Amino acid sequence: MTISADSETKLRYVGRSVTRREGADKLTGRSRYVDDMHVPGALTGRTIRTSIPAGRVRNVRFPDGFPWDEFIVAGPDDLPANEVALITADQPAFVDGIVRHAQEAVLLIAHEDAGLVHEAARAIEIEYERDAGVFGMEQGHVLKQLAIRHGDFEGAFANGDVIFEGEYRTGAQEHVYIETNGFIAWWEGDGVVLHGSHQCPYYVHKAVKHAFALDRDDQVRVTQETTGGGFGGKEEFPSLLAIHSALLSRKAGGRPVRLIYDRAEDMACSTKRHPSLTRIRTACTPEGVFKGVEIDFHIDGGAYVTLSPVVLSRGLLHSGGPYLWPAARMDGYCWFTNSPPYGAFRGFGAPQSEFAIERHLDRLAAKLGICPIELRKRNFLRKGDMLPTSQIVGEEPELERIVERALELSDYRAKQSGYGEGNGRGLGLSVFYHGTGFTGSGEVYLDSVVALEAQADGFVEIQVSSTEIGQGTETVFAQIAAEGLGIDIESIRFRKPETGAVPDSGPTVASRTCSIVGGLVERAARQLREQLAGRDIATASATGPVRAEARYQAPPGLVWNDDTYQGCAYGAYSWGCNVAEVSIDPVTAELRVESMWGIYDIGRVINPVLAIGQVEGGMAQGIGWATCEDVVLKEGAMQNTRVTNYIIPTSADAAELFVEFVEHHNPCGAFGAKGVGEIPLDGPPAAVANAVTFATGKDIAAIPIRPEDLLA
Amino acid sequence: MIVSNAVRYPTYVPATVAEALEQKAGVANLLPIAGGTEVMVMFNEGLLAPCPVQSLHRLAPEWGGIREAEGSLVIGALATYTDVRHHPVVRERYPLLVEAARVTGALQIQNRGTLVGNIVNGSPAADTVPALFAYGAQVRLLSTRGERTVAVTDFYTGYRKTVLRADELISEIVIPPPADGARHYYRKVGTRAAQAISKVVVAGVRGRDSVRLAWGSVGPTTLRTPKTEAAIASGADADEAVATLATEMSPLDDIRSTRDYRLAVSQNLLREFLKRTSPGG
Ligand SMILES: Cc1cc2nc3c(=O)[nH]c(=O)nc-3n(C[C@H](O)[C@H](O)[C@H](O)COP(=O)(O)OP(=O)(O)OC[C@H]3O[C@@H](n4cnc5c(N)ncnc54)[C@H](O)[C@@H]3O)c2cc1C
Repeated sequence: MTISADSETKLRYVGRSVTRREGADKLTGRSRYVDDMHVPGALTGRTIRTSIPAGRVRNVRFPDGFPWDEFIVAGPDDLPANEVALITADQPAFVDGIVRHAQEAVLLIAHEDAGLVHEAARAIEIEYERDAGVFGMEQGHVLKQLAIRHGDFEGAFANGDVIFEGEYRTGAQEHVYIETNGFIAWWEGDGVVLHGSHQCPYYVHKAVKHAFALDRDDQVRVTQETTGGGFGGKEEFPSLLAIHSALLSRKAGGRPVRLIYDRAEDMACSTKRHPSLTRIRTACTPEGVFKGVEIDFHIDGGAYVTLSPVVLSRGLLHSGGPYLWPAARMDGYCWFTNSPPYGAFRGFGAPQSEFAIERHLDRLAAKLGICPIELRKRNFLRKGDMLPTSQIVGEEPELERIVERALELSDYRAKQSGYGEGNGRGLGLSVFYHGTGFTGSGEVYLDSVVALEAQADGFVEIQVSSTEIGQGTETVFAQIAAEGLGIDIESIRFRKPETGAVPDSGPTVASRTCSIVGGLVERAARQLREQLAGRDIATASATGPVRAEARYQAPPGLVWNDDTYQGCAYGAYSWGCNVAEVSIDPVTAELRVESMWGIYDIGRVINPVLAIGQVEGGMAQGIGWATCEDVVLKEGAMQNTRVTNYIIPTSADAAELFVEFVEHHNPCGAFGAKGVGEIPLDGPPAAVANAVTFATGKDIAAIPIRPEDLLA
Repeated sequence: MIVSNAVRYPTYVPATVAEALEQKAGVANLLPIAGGTEVMVMFNEGLLAPCPVQSLHRLAPEWGGIREAEGSLVIGALATYTDVRHHPVVRERYPLLVEAARVTGALQIQNRGTLVGNIVNGSPAADTVPALFAYGAQVRLLSTRGERTVAVTDFYTGYRKTVLRADELISEIVIPPPADGARHYYRKVGTRAAQAISKVVVAGVRGRDSVRLAWGSVGPTTLRTPKTEAAIASGADADEAVATLATEMSPLDDIRSTRDYRLAVSQNLLREFLKRTSPGG
């Protein structure tokens, strides 16, 4: 785990492994999560959910034996707008007559006796009229469709080149953040106060304000408590809990209400990674030079729109992999089904489509009789090449160098020839890329703002809505701010995100925090440094805080057309290569990923230890998705809703991980940073699948790769 | 997050075995708790129907230890996996128990969970039960009416059904000494490398002219496979043994695995057993 960096020695904090700011508190149990909050007089809330995937609610029965008149009971009629505002507001906060998925909220109950609430919740009976429902893709209705057209597609497939097709599938994945979803809400006057576990305070703010039809922004105050992981699972979903807890509290006359999910409820009702089906058809010369590609990329969106159109978009945009395709026809389809809505999950569609293309290339190489690494090398993107959206690659990705380093570290060639094909042991490789930040004009719409404030007690406070969710936001922002200001990092303070008190720096998603929001922190820091003009912080702010704000500006030339799906999809790309080494037990067909190597270009590495942590964690999560994380669905709903039977790798299963960075700085990111959070999920599944194919001779086309499939 | 209503589980804490048996006889539906690693999980998740509970922890002086009596091993009802793993006699003579304890849960579970707690609910996936079957263990049951001893192989009457009566507690497990020179084999195939529920688990003991095999997670209860045992004892080769096994095992599909996988892996495990325990090997 070494860093190959060309970082300037004159930097004092950037590029150094500054210790994680909240690390000691988390390690010693001092951190307070929302469920740790002691709120006197709080009621305990609980959600009553549908048990059928499609139909109508006919009747709700409250059986005898419970003091129902003591309970707060709330439902859709109590809410001014029964809608969760996101891209569209099609998802209701409660079943609006029609049941569209199992685990959908029907009503809420609350009582001060938590035990009684749980008992009562189990006793409530719902009578339904049942409809059939739609499960799986390519049936029912299309939720969103996208198309990318590039080059002379007909020509590419017309002139007798090698045409090769394949079909690839990936399963759903549950986030398994260690802290389940939770909110505590109460009303003060005509406004509501919300404390919870989430990634995006202003998303929650927008949804609550909309549902309660409130006029003023200051009527909703959302605070982020210490959050035990998110991985995308706390991007859009928490809005629902926020509305629910706020509603119960309002019905209780403003009394605080705790709405904390237990693991089974959380897994059953919350979002998952979208299952996918990708069909790829490629045309290339016999020597393996790519001519054209046709990709149909399908994802299961579940019952409501939520974020699926954007997941589809990112998945489709990454579906060709980091290769030069002179011609392309890429179609994306997201399907409505009667599953709980699928949602944001680290990688946001790209891990699905990049699995497909990277598995396809190994299969194509076998068909052509070319080494899969050689095939990739013949087609890698280079500076000046055009992507299917007409974006010109603006930097030299040096993918050969990245791949060669991975091969060297893993001793790939010698090991592979030593093992030989089909002997239960093997290596596999994948190459991938990931666009930093929101897609297309997304960052422009977000219009993010950060503020730095020099305060009278001698501290500079960072004010952002970007959240610390275990990835290191507080630490890297402090590094960036201290560097830009030229002051000691001990004089930097991070303001706990609270809407109204911090500006909206956008959601903590899309690998945008360090690079894009961090870039704004850098600008604000340089600006504040000028404003301070050499005075020390306390002196300068003696008569009032000195404040600097920075607002997002699109890099010059970054133009995107949403209608034609042409233009610059992302301002920067991270690049990477994984090598997986696997073994398959001859008796049980158990698959073990022995080791994985990862070489990444994430631009400037602001904090090496944190970056390695991000990447290793993501690799482990990607290996889990590829090997054992199997969401067992029945009529669209997850059945294995326990950590006992939804199998994530334990430390005893974990592969040995080796990570190195190659730095190509991004002129628009904080001190040259690009996105790091999501790219680690893009590569492991295909690297593992390619290795398993080598080791077993089985043509793997789907993940998770279960021993049951290998033995069949 | 605990989603049960604690007031619905009145708790009894007997100080002596006699008191425990009186309570068990007198209180309807009284649920004993030893390590609590099964009961408390059900309770936390709201899956335990309200009932009175009886914590056995104060009986540790009487029921806590592992000892030898008349050449047999006696494992008290409150002996934990950790006790089993570290006991010198168990380590020397009963390697299947050590191995089964080692692959059950992880250290925290092993420190609390008891071997007796593992056998009571009749789960076919209980990892120590095949080892107890292979060693021919006896289960001692006490009630105010007296004591009886049941072979562990007769303890189960069907899926999650046992001969344990409403007024009985298990006091100990008694295990006879394995034959000198016997070879032992145990393997758990779980859903991951640790903290896993078995897809297939097998324990086998092979003496000079006897074979005992027991399988978990492949039937409604832990299974013995007598025809396969007999075939091996009478000198059948591996192919014959594997073919015989398929005639007396019919596993099911469930949330963890498939019928086909379980059968194929069981057959592979049998081959491995034969190779590892081969008298010449
Ligand atoms: C994280 C985790 C991992 C686990 N991993 C495994 C695993 O790998 N393999 C496996 O087989 N199991 C596993 N288990 C299940 C469990 O730990 C074991 O079955 C354990 O042996 C139960 O023992 P206990 O003392 O904790 O039982 P308890 O929960 O106290 O009781 C279990 C049952 O036994 C009854 N009981 C206990 N003592 C007596 C007695 N003296 N007389 C009559 N009835 C009695 C109780 O009433 C209850 O029905 C796991 C559990 C957890 C939580």
